[in-house]
Amino acid sequence: MRLEEEVIRRQRERSRIFGWLLGAFVVLLFFITIAKTGINW
Amino acid sequence: MPALELTNPAAMPADWRDLLALTKPRVMSLVVFSGLCGLLVAPVMPPLVLGFTAILCIALGAGACGALNQWYEADIDAKMRRTANRPLPAGRMDPQSALHFGVGLGFFSVLLMGLATNWLAAALLALSILFYVLVYTVWLKPRTAQNIVIGGAAGAFPPLIGWVAATGHVAALPLILFAIIFLWTPPHFWALSLFVRSDYAAAGIPMLPVVAGVPNTRRHIFLYSLPMAAAAVTPWPLGLAGPIYGGCAAVLSFVFVVLAARVLANRAIEPAQMAPEKKLFAYSVFYLFALFAVLVADRWLAA
Repeated sequence: MRLEEEVIRRQRERSRIFGWLLGAFVVLLFFITIAKTGINW
Repeated sequence: MPALELTNPAAMPADWRDLLALTKPRVMSLVVFSGLCGLLVAPVMPPLVLGFTAILCIALGAGACGALNQWYEADIDAKMRRTANRPLPAGRMDPQSALHFGVGLGFFSVLLMGLATNWLAAALLALSILFYVLVYTVWLKPRTAQNIVIGGAAGAFPPLIGWVAATGHVAALPLILFAIIFLWTPPHFWALSLFVRSDYAAAGIPMLPVVAGVPNTRRHIFLYSLPMAAAAVTPWPLGLAGPIYGGCAAVLSFVFVVLAARVLANRAIEPAQMAPEKKLFAYSVFYLFALFAVLVADRWLAA
């Protein structure tokens, strides 16, 4: 594999993973908000 | 991008596997487990999502410590066989990426911990990260043979953080758990450093076997195992744990002390003949897992 292709492959792979992680974080924040508002901390 | 830059592997975007390796996942597993136990033995149970987030933050904080440790020690890691294939010494990653990743992960974990649980837990998490990176990695490790004794405090924080995340305050039991890990760390690491001491010597790290010699290190291992065993049993007579925990802790600790005594009796200098040291190192990992698991089981059975 050419180096340029390897760079693009890694960038795409990382973008995909960070996209999923960001999505998971948003969902987690939503549930944290629900939990925090539902309890008397 | 100029083609010339691409001939340098470190100029490439880091592979996600290398980012994961930067967080030292195997070390993280013990940190996460002890943090989870601290949370599970607490008298109040937070909502599931907040408990999960607390453990996630402890894991991310541990990952930040691993990344910043590897960033700072890349030149030392390159000199040791055990660590030479890590992403930075192997040249698979740009050091600045590792630094940004570690700092970002640290800030993120503390902020999320504060927002999700309470700011005392977040402050303790921040303290543990700073202690590990600044006090242990930067200050103590390259300077003194007592590095692991004082630096061990960084690894002792997770059960305390887990407890505080659940309750919002510090209590006697998590402080004892802190003491157990604090006293467990020196014999655990010294057992390892005995059979990889040539690596530490080559890297110029003043670990106890390098500075004080093998027999002296064996004495220290045995001496530290005694207060560690006492601390492990303490929750029972104090009424913080039941007889199931007390009995199991006594047996597990007795085996630890016996293995430490075998290390003390060993006269071998060559790593190939250090079976007792390797056995103690392996058992020490099992010991901590088993001790904390039994404590959780005991507290839950009593509830």
